[in-house]
Amino acid sequence: MLDLVSSQGITVEDRGPGDSPLAVRGLTVSYGQKPAVFSVDMTVQPGAMTAIIGPNGAGKSTLLKAALGIVKPLSGLVTVYGRPLEQQRTRIAYVPQRASVDWDFPTRVIDVVLMGLSRELGLLGRVRARHKAHAMDCLHRVGMRDFADRQIGQLSGGQQQRVFLARALAQEADLYLLDEPFAGVDATTEKAIIDVLKSLKSSGKTVVVVHHDLATVTEYFDHVFLINTRKVAEGPVAEAFTAETLQSTYGGRLATAQIDQISRVLG
Amino acid sequence: MNGEEFVTLSLTPLLIGTFSAIACALPGNFLVLRKQALIGDAISHVVLPGIVVGFLLTGAISTWPMMLGAAGAAIVSVVMIEAIRRLGKIEPGAAMGVVFTSMFAAGVLLLEQTDTSTVHLDVEHALYGNLESLIWLDATGWQSVLDPQALAGLPPELPRIAITLLGVALFTWIFWRPLKISTFDEGFARTIGIRTGRLGLALVIAAAIAAVAAFDAVGSIIVIAMFICPPAAARMMTNRLETQVVWSVFFATVSAVLGYVLAGYGPLWLGGLDAVSAAGMIATVSGLILMICAIFGPCRTRSGAPNSN
Repeated sequence: MLDLVSSQGITVEDRGPGDSPLAVRGLTVSYGQKPAVFSVDMTVQPGAMTAIIGPNGAGKSTLLKAALGIVKPLSGLVTVYGRPLEQQRTRIAYVPQRASVDWDFPTRVIDVVLMGLSRELGLLGRVRARHKAHAMDCLHRVGMRDFADRQIGQLSGGQQQRVFLARALAQEADLYLLDEPFAGVDATTEKAIIDVLKSLKSSGKTVVVVHHDLATVTEYFDHVFLINTRKVAEGPVAEAFTAETLQSTYGGRLATAQIDQISRVLG
Repeated sequence: MNGEEFVTLSLTPLLIGTFSAIACALPGNFLVLRKQALIGDAISHVVLPGIVVGFLLTGAISTWPMMLGAAGAAIVSVVMIEAIRRLGKIEPGAAMGVVFTSMFAAGVLLLEQTDTSTVHLDVEHALYGNLESLIWLDATGWQSVLDPQALAGLPPELPRIAITLLGVALFTWIFWRPLKISTFDEGFARTIGIRTGRLGLALVIAAAIAAVAAFDAVGSIIVIAMFICPPAAARMMTNRLETQVVWSVFFATVSAVLGYVLAGYGPLWLGGLDAVSAAGMIATVSGLILMICAIFGPCRTRSGAPNSN
């Protein structure tokens, strides 16, 4: 039996669910008659950037939401760094889909970022100068420092997405889960987000992204998780992101031309 | 009007009206932002038979039987909505509409069939409120405010709504942060451990208690204006929730005071003879404030509304 110290030397691919940042076993979620996610196992590798990929309605967001306890699964077990989710909430930061909230809500950019500090602030704790400074620093990292006092409805879609990312940064988590952060954003935002995610990764954090754009998978990510209600493939991009796995994930929905294009990217 | 007359006839209705308006406006801010504003309307309709039954069983208009009756009626409604939805296999909105209206109608019929002539509970008062009659007969002027004997003769509706307002204000203050976060972004709120389901239920219960307590002042139809108009008008004055709540309290107070005064004296100024319903005038004033804010308020644009795709 290996002790904890020697287990540090094992390559990431060999890690079991025990100390994975996010391990999901037998997860099934249903909104009605048909399951949205069926009996899915997932083991997120620490210190990696993982993309969750699949067609529309394949259960990508649902998998993330169920893993976070936002929707209640029918069955399944979720552990975060080897322990139940409830005990590990402070280690997780979640960025929901931008379209999931009403941006007309009466609040400023800085207030949204400060929401990331609400566990630290508690119910009645006052927002002090150091909290403000921390929030401003997070805004600076996504290039939104100058927008701190704007009402959130006055921002472009990409700017809103960056504010959501800044809120996640304010949480100072170990595991970052992002739902479609690149959907409908401008090139500047996409660059800003990927730079931040890469810097998180290089400081040892774990990043999981629900991702839509197959063309950028190899450039951005080192692990993929392919899903179409059931798990199709999971592993390093080089092994799990292939023409075959994509074909079985997307079925007839992915044009052959697209498969060819991606195959060329993959070499 | 001299001090004596004012304290005896107008002070308590003004305070009850103002406290009711604020107690409804505070949860109303969150209900409006959550697009659940009509919950206030639903509550006020559904609880009417419960209040009447509570009165019939005890023979007096007092707080606990009314609150318990209202809570019972709310539970019966939820069960009926579920039953109709499942047995009739119809959509929830239709089931709710049927149940709310039926409960309200049942309350009106119960009231009509009951001898309530000895107390201030009849159809008219249940629908339009009873504000003008909540006078303080034991008062002899401003000095009565410090006189324990005169204070004992205060209409019981005043301490009832004052305690309700205190409770609603405390709830809003203590749970401000979770309420704000879960109203803006429920998914995120859950990931940081906020129990959004329970909090949403607590908000609805707070609104229900406010609605039942405000029943005395404005009746069960017009209470909806108190939930919606001040917060909706306040939203158009500012882009910050903290400021919005302050504005909503201000608008609620102005509606109650101006509405009461206009109802009492407005017709006289215009050459009429009788005063008009204070509750009706309060709702009208709050509606006018909403209209003015909708035309001139500085923050009327909805640039941030989510796009449909």
